[in-house]
Amino acid sequence: MTRVRRKVAVVLAVTAVMAVSACSSSGTGTTSATSGGTTAKNVEVFTWWAAGGEKAGLDGMISVFKKDCSQYSFTNAAVAGGGGDKAKTLLANNLKAGNAPSSFQAHAGGELSDYIANDQVEDITSLFKEAGLDNAFPKDLVDQITVAGKIYSVPADVHRANVVWVNPLVLKKAKLDPTKAPATVKDWIADLAKLKAAGVATPLVLSKGFAEEMLLESTLLGDLGVDKFNGLFDGSTKWDGADVTAALGNFKTLVSYSNTDRETMDWDAALSKYLLPSDPATATGGYQLMGDWVPAQILSLKMPDSAYTYWPAPGTDGVYQWLSDSFTLPKGGTNPEGAKCWLKVVGSAAGQKAFNMVKGSIPARSDATSEGYPKYQQWAMAQWKKAKLAPSLAHGSAGPGAWNNDVQTAMSAFSANPDVATLQKTLVAAAAKYANWRSTLG
Amino acid sequence: MKRKMRSVRTWGPGLLLVSPSILLIGFFVYGLIGWSANISLTNQNSRFERAPGTAADAHIGLSNYTTLFGSPDFIQSLKHLGILAAVYIIGALFFGMLWALLLEKGVRAEGLFRTVYLFPMAVSMFASGVVWSWLLNSDTGAGASGLNQLFEMAGLGFLKNQWWVSSPTWGIAAIAMPAIWQLSGYIMALFLAGFRGIPGDLREAARIDGASEFQLYRHVLFPQLSPIALSALIILGHMSLKMFDIIMAISGEKNVYSSVPMVTMWTLTGQQDFARAAAVAIILLVLVAFLVVPYLFHTSRQERNS
Repeated sequence: MTRVRRKVAVVLAVTAVMAVSACSSSGTGTTSATSGGTTAKNVEVFTWWAAGGEKAGLDGMISVFKKDCSQYSFTNAAVAGGGGDKAKTLLANNLKAGNAPSSFQAHAGGELSDYIANDQVEDITSLFKEAGLDNAFPKDLVDQITVAGKIYSVPADVHRANVVWVNPLVLKKAKLDPTKAPATVKDWIADLAKLKAAGVATPLVLSKGFAEEMLLESTLLGDLGVDKFNGLFDGSTKWDGADVTAALGNFKTLVSYSNTDRETMDWDAALSKYLLPSDPATATGGYQLMGDWVPAQILSLKMPDSAYTYWPAPGTDGVYQWLSDSFTLPKGGTNPEGAKCWLKVVGSAAGQKAFNMVKGSIPARSDATSEGYPKYQQWAMAQWKKAKLAPSLAHGSAGPGAWNNDVQTAMSAFSANPDVATLQKTLVAAAAKYANWRSTLG
Repeated sequence: MKRKMRSVRTWGPGLLLVSPSILLIGFFVYGLIGWSANISLTNQNSRFERAPGTAADAHIGLSNYTTLFGSPDFIQSLKHLGILAAVYIIGALFFGMLWALLLEKGVRAEGLFRTVYLFPMAVSMFASGVVWSWLLNSDTGAGASGLNQLFEMAGLGFLKNQWWVSSPTWGIAAIAMPAIWQLSGYIMALFLAGFRGIPGDLREAARIDGASEFQLYRHVLFPQLSPIALSALIILGHMSLKMFDIIMAISGEKNVYSSVPMVTMWTLTGQQDFARAAAVAIILLVLVAFLVVPYLFHTSRQERNS
């Protein structure tokens, strides 16, 4: 009797184990294109633009490709999943397995260093020159995407990280002018204090992960100035300096004015809860620092343009903290000639216009005209032409992905225990590993 | 000769029948485990972790393991794993047993309750994780949402807390809640099947002998459930070690509150640190083996004895 029961139990356990492990292994990302690259004429492009304005932008660029490179066919190998984390891990595995697409999406700048280090992308400096892109893009941008004299990707768009989004209704409570940015980080803190005194519960709206890192970066940028800030990512500015300590102190004060549930929500949820809730009268947030993909989100919430104002983060006026999606030429990829044709479309005026108009970003080319673009993008394009450029670690333009991971982890630790000395120690240790990434790759 | 032929006839067809699965499992499970173990001993790290001038595929001994165990972050993630596993196993066993007992006592519409309790298991772990990420919102102020808002409305405001962000060490226990909610029904089904498998004459005999209801459960029924409890323990134990989707949905990667080896492995793969990711995988495998191998020994010895 018992023996039978024991056997039943064992069988139960074993089948359950098998069923459960089968379940757990099926949850990862899948690619929509599996048969790509079978014909010599086919160009397979890997992106994480699978929905919304991003997909519409990509489709626009693809239609330009079909016209300009009509001798090739196109396979869209887009992988869904927020922010591309899932896509990046899948891509890393594919490249490792020697299964490279014709071209893949990657953040321009430091984040490419992983692919460069592992010898997975081609140097495309000559293609860049041939297509005249070195003169079409701002010189600062070309400098900041160059690694040891070589260029590895073509930027398709530009987003700005150092923008503060403002709710004018909330600022009215403390009689603050929503159209005028405070001149410095200190002035901003004074305004936050005024809002708090006027009964605004969460003057600064903050969310988890990269949003905290963006606030840290814009505080450093505002306090140190653009040249010293850029030096943080090439070793010429020390992370243990007194000026960094002072900026981290300001960062701590800024965080103290933010919502306590910042670790449990993403930026879009925080925006809807605090800054621009569906009932404007219930807004309890005054400012939110976030990249300029915010207007597209607000548009999708069906809010009028008048519901918000925006300005560059305090102390960073005239500086464009940029991030850019770009396309590469992988080593051993299918159809490199077709891929080069794709890269030229990506860099061309027509391709960039078709892409950026709908995606909500701006063309990287400085010869683009802002006619026909929505209001925010027109302002951003005017700024892009005259601004000094600073890269962003949170969005892959300033350094390797592993550096970004370290800093983001440090952000959550700081949120739990806001101690400036501990944070600075972690930042110094991370910089010691990665700050010389350019020379490591040279 | 003849006898040999006959013996081949005896075991030959059987072997032929199972050989495809032996080959497949041999390669896809054990072969690939060996492959991972091999990668974990090499230099296939991110370029920035590697000494300049060394080849990417050079063998470097156990250095990836010593780096991992020397890192406070990884030690912290192992602690998290321990806390998560303990809370999850105890919680799911407790609720599974409780519900099985209630149903076993005979309620009306048992089928309905069984479905209600089992239903969470039908929901994708990731989907329920997304919902729980809203429920576990850490705002304790006037604008609290999720469970905190529920407490507020029920007049239990003192229960409001920050859930998984309340402490970088112990907060992870809150993430066990959704997992308990999801798996308790399954544990209930296991125990219920166990109760139903106990023949009615045993209960009758105990009652005739004058056993109280408590004594009946304590000395007659529960001992018979011990193989089921053991299976449940193994299932929950290895699931807790591999928990990934719920954590990713609730907290995401790259944070100090909910780092566990499984998530670390994912992050390391993303930054092309394949050797260290493989080392984490092997460490997890060893942990699972600690749980499963003694169990297999135990059952096979029992089968031989009986």
